[in-house]
Amino acid sequence: MLLQTTSLRFAYPGQAPISFPDISLAGGEALLLLGQSGSGKTTLLNLLAGLLAPSQGSVMLDGVNLSSLKGHRLDLFRGQHIGIVFQKPHLIAALSVKQNLELAQFFGKKKGLAPSDLLQDLGLAAKATAAVGTLSEGEAQRVSIARALVNSPKLILADEPTSSLDDLHAQRVVQLLKAQAAKIGAALVIVTHDQRVKSEVSQVLEVKSA
Amino acid sequence: MNLLTLSWKYLSFRPLSTGLNAILLAFGLAIITVLLLVQHQFEQKMTRDAAGIDLVVGAKGSPLQLILASVYHIDFPTGNIKMEEAQRISRNRLVKQVIPLAMGDNMQGFRIVGTNHDYLSLYEVSFAAGKAWEFPFEVTLGASAAQALGKKLGDSFTGSHGISVGSHDHDQQQFKVTGILAPTGKVVDRLVLTSIESVWYTHDEQGEESIATEEVELPLEEGTSHEEEAHDAHAEAMDPLKVPVAAQGFPSTDLEREVTSLLVRYRNPMAAIQLPRMINSATSMQAASPAFEMSRLFELLGVGISLLQGLAIALVVIAGLSIFIALYNSLKERKYDLAILRTLGASRLQLVTLVFLEGISLTTLGALLGIALGHGFLAIIVELTTQEVVSMVDPWIFLPEEGLIFGYALAVGMLASLIPAWSAYQMSIAKQLTKT
Repeated sequence: MLLQTTSLRFAYPGQAPISFPDISLAGGEALLLLGQSGSGKTTLLNLLAGLLAPSQGSVMLDGVNLSSLKGHRLDLFRGQHIGIVFQKPHLIAALSVKQNLELAQFFGKKKGLAPSDLLQDLGLAAKATAAVGTLSEGEAQRVSIARALVNSPKLILADEPTSSLDDLHAQRVVQLLKAQAAKIGAALVIVTHDQRVKSEVSQVLEVKSA
Repeated sequence: MNLLTLSWKYLSFRPLSTGLNAILLAFGLAIITVLLLVQHQFEQKMTRDAAGIDLVVGAKGSPLQLILASVYHIDFPTGNIKMEEAQRISRNRLVKQVIPLAMGDNMQGFRIVGTNHDYLSLYEVSFAAGKAWEFPFEVTLGASAAQALGKKLGDSFTGSHGISVGSHDHDQQQFKVTGILAPTGKVVDRLVLTSIESVWYTHDEQGEESIATEEVELPLEEGTSHEEEAHDAHAEAMDPLKVPVAAQGFPSTDLEREVTSLLVRYRNPMAAIQLPRMINSATSMQAASPAFEMSRLFELLGVGISLLQGLAIALVVIAGLSIFIALYNSLKERKYDLAILRTLGASRLQLVTLVFLEGISLTTLGALLGIALGHGFLAIIVELTTQEVVSMVDPWIFLPEEGLIFGYALAVGMLASLIPAWSAYQMSIAKQLTKT
């Protein structure tokens, strides 16, 4: 398995610990994490990304236990092997579209995919030198997907990527994520409470608050 | 893409804030640059112009005025002294050398200074053309004076009375240019040098009539008999303009003559203690030490310079605070950006470096702008001024001390970035990402 979590638990200070179901995903597979607000699904995503350290259990990505990595080694591992798509695109406004992708490669210290080719694949070639402020919401979300993919990660995490999109765009974004993840052989985890995307992904895991 | 590029992108993304902060810092650093240049060049030029002069003797009055008039030629002389009294000083056992000066005229604002050839040796001059004056009304022009007056060898001109432009001409006698000095960077560049005799003859009330009745003692030349010499001397005594002037010491004359001041060199350190006191108490003249008077002047100027320095430092501190506020606010606005950078693989240290690079880039920009502004501002002042003392400053000299300005700027940038950088270091990515 490319992604394997075992007995994951996490406790915020002064709160009861949250237990998460185990996840097993092979390269090219997709998983939908569904759950109501406050159910802990974003916490699970942060644990998978190594942004939070579990109080118990482990996250193994391609045979590497994230808890064994500390400091800049964890940061670099994340940059090289985990791509994250957020609810809002959150592109760096001071940079152009292509520079946003190059920035991910700079921090990841990795020559993954050629930014120009990736932008071409996502229909954004004409916007490569555009300021991100000039993009439409749909275009910006596609650029953020391109940024998550540019280092050819092993795991793609998408946190509520469709919540601010209409039905048509929501469906397109999920399909795009699935297609690109399959293309580079990455495991895809989509965290959402958006029931519209339920039908788009075969593996669904519901996270429930304790 | 690298951190420096990213920091510049962030800075150029906020051009107004970046520009205003850089300009604010630049103003403070420009004042420091101007002060540095003026102070350094004044002290250097003043020291260089006074080198080799231990004491200045002249008419009683302000000692500083005497120094400014006789050494730097930027003030009015305190009056004249009797040559007989001046000669007594030159014979004193504590005196090694005396260079007499006679002043009172100008040529289009350039002072005509009567002296002897020792004055040329004092400033270690070399000739761009011609040679030193040998006869009355022959002049040697300093490099700047020759250029400004547009005079060349063999040209003639009349002097004007007084040491500044606008007074009546002495049109009885024409000065003739026999030498032009190479540039020295010293006060001599701005002078029109001639013999003391020229200054005397110009001011004789009866003009040429008086000159004709002047009895001069002629130096004996080797191989000339006393009888022949006496015959020629008698013939030439009727026309002193054809008699060579004194190249050293004082001119010979039977008349009661005056000079303006004496530049004195001590024979030994003891003279510094005894000679000024003796002159000030036992003669009708005053003695002033250039070193002492100039240090007094710098001390007086120092108060003003310190005030300006204080103002400049206050401006730099304000600029530092402003940069801190700008960085801090921008960091607050960009916390989500920084969290995104962490998810892309940036380490805490890289974020800290990014914040420092922004602060340092901004202050480097301010420092470059400040130094350029300082030199430019000084160039405008020098161009517009009519004051000799200011016009002798070269605005395009770059001092090693200006490197310190970069040091200050970097220190300000580092200090201003310290808290924002620490804040970036401490930031929790997960917490930040869940905020939006």
